[in-house]
Amino acid sequence: MAFFDVFKRRHGESSAGRATGDRGLLIFENTSEVIRAERVLKARGWEIRVMGPPPEIRSGCDLVIEIPLIEELNILRSLQEAGVLPKDVVPVTSPLLKPVDLFKVKELDGYLMVRAANMKLTVDKETSTIVNISGGGCPDVPYLAQQMVGKTLMEAPSPREIGHTLCGYALQLAYEEATRRCTQ
Amino acid sequence: MHAIVGTIPREHFPLAPGEVGLMDNELCIGGNRVPVNRGTPALLAAAIKAGELLGLPAPYGYVVGDIGHGDGSRRLYEYLTLHLPQSDFESITLHYLLPDVNWHNRVLAKLDEAVRRPRLIADAGFMYAAKMSGKSLQYDLFTPDIGELAFLADEEAPHPFYTRGFILHEESRVPDLISRAYAHNNAARHLLVKGEKDYIANEKGIQAIIDQPVEDAMEAIGGTGDTLTGIVASLISTGMEIIEAASIAARTNRLAGYYAKPTPATQVIEVVNHIPRALEEVLGENERRAPWQELSQGESA
Repeated sequence: MAFFDVFKRRHGESSAGRATGDRGLLIFENTSEVIRAERVLKARGWEIRVMGPPPEIRSGCDLVIEIPLIEELNILRSLQEAGVLPKDVVPVTSPLLKPVDLFKVKELDGYLMVRAANMKLTVDKETSTIVNISGGGCPDVPYLAQQMVGKTLMEAPSPREIGHTLCGYALQLAYEEATRRCTQ
Repeated sequence: MHAIVGTIPREHFPLAPGEVGLMDNELCIGGNRVPVNRGTPALLAAAIKAGELLGLPAPYGYVVGDIGHGDGSRRLYEYLTLHLPQSDFESITLHYLLPDVNWHNRVLAKLDEAVRRPRLIADAGFMYAAKMSGKSLQYDLFTPDIGELAFLADEEAPHPFYTRGFILHEESRVPDLISRAYAHNNAARHLLVKGEKDYIANEKGIQAIIDQPVEDAMEAIGGTGDTLTGIVASLISTGMEIIEAASIAARTNRLAGYYAKPTPATQVIEVVNHIPRALEEVLGENERRAPWQELSQGESA
């Protein structure tokens, strides 16, 4: 979608009378694009949050990026430069779902198991090798496990780089928490 | 015969409907070989191993490659809507697909046109879509773990990633979570909840708890929930009642894990290879068991 098409649509909807606040949502084709856009925007210092979409635009395995609307133009320009434009921008009209932010950590005979939402990542504490990944229900989970198990936390690709779904995103959180605990 | 629907973690793996075999720890699907790790390959391998002991034909697999983009899942959803109306399966197990509520609803509608309505088991992504569709009660069995049970219990969450924080994923809360899932019609007619203890429930409440043998390392091993779903799928396809099938499957999966002498680094194929021995033992115990002993030996309600 062209840069100004996205911009025009957002303003068309606002003028049609939808409630607006100071926050807007970037909506993408799929979760992998959300993850890429998040990486781009965070690297450039934007104050954004990855959230669950409101019910009217949910299809099953979705994330959206909440942005300050006042910065919309600059944010879209950053995303255009990175080649990851959203398919739509809409104002926030209802409360958004907050992703899980609680971790459960369990010690198992020299191993550390970290759970975030429905994903679990287990690491050998001595070598930092990822020995198992379990849980989840989206099709990138077996693929992520195939790519990560047997590698150390430093060597393994991060789920943010090669994951595509909410389960992949949850695994990223578990991966970050395991890395934080293993490098303390 | 029973069918299993899911994905293979390879980007260009073709849509390959047909009977699935197991040879040298690899799945054989339409001339392709796939290692048994976690996900649908682990479910298929467990179903094959259990089926061999039960004298069942090989399961019919509807599988396709998908590494998370969803393109393979969507091709498979479409294929199912075209071909399920001509099918005649005792049961169908729907597993790792990108959750998509619109495609889910189309597949479910087509199942009503099948030669006979199969018993339906859902796990993983397909269970997420089933819950989100509000049509959970059309399923005979869901097989969530505790995190997924909390998601079923949260009437607002569209995915486990959004389960609200006050709905705690704790073993001690399982009975409450089950009640809450049924209160909002977000559970299948039966639940087999996989965890430190395995709970078998229906809308009347918990019917059995299987908690022996205990192997703490099993929780860390990717695919042990998939093997449990594969075993119960094979048992259900024999025509067995779901509560009995779930109880036998849970005991078998635990025993297979015990025989594998697992550590948190054990891979699931090591558990799969012990399924026939474990299932034979559990079925033998069942035959010997008198009715008044039904709730003893690691099983309670």
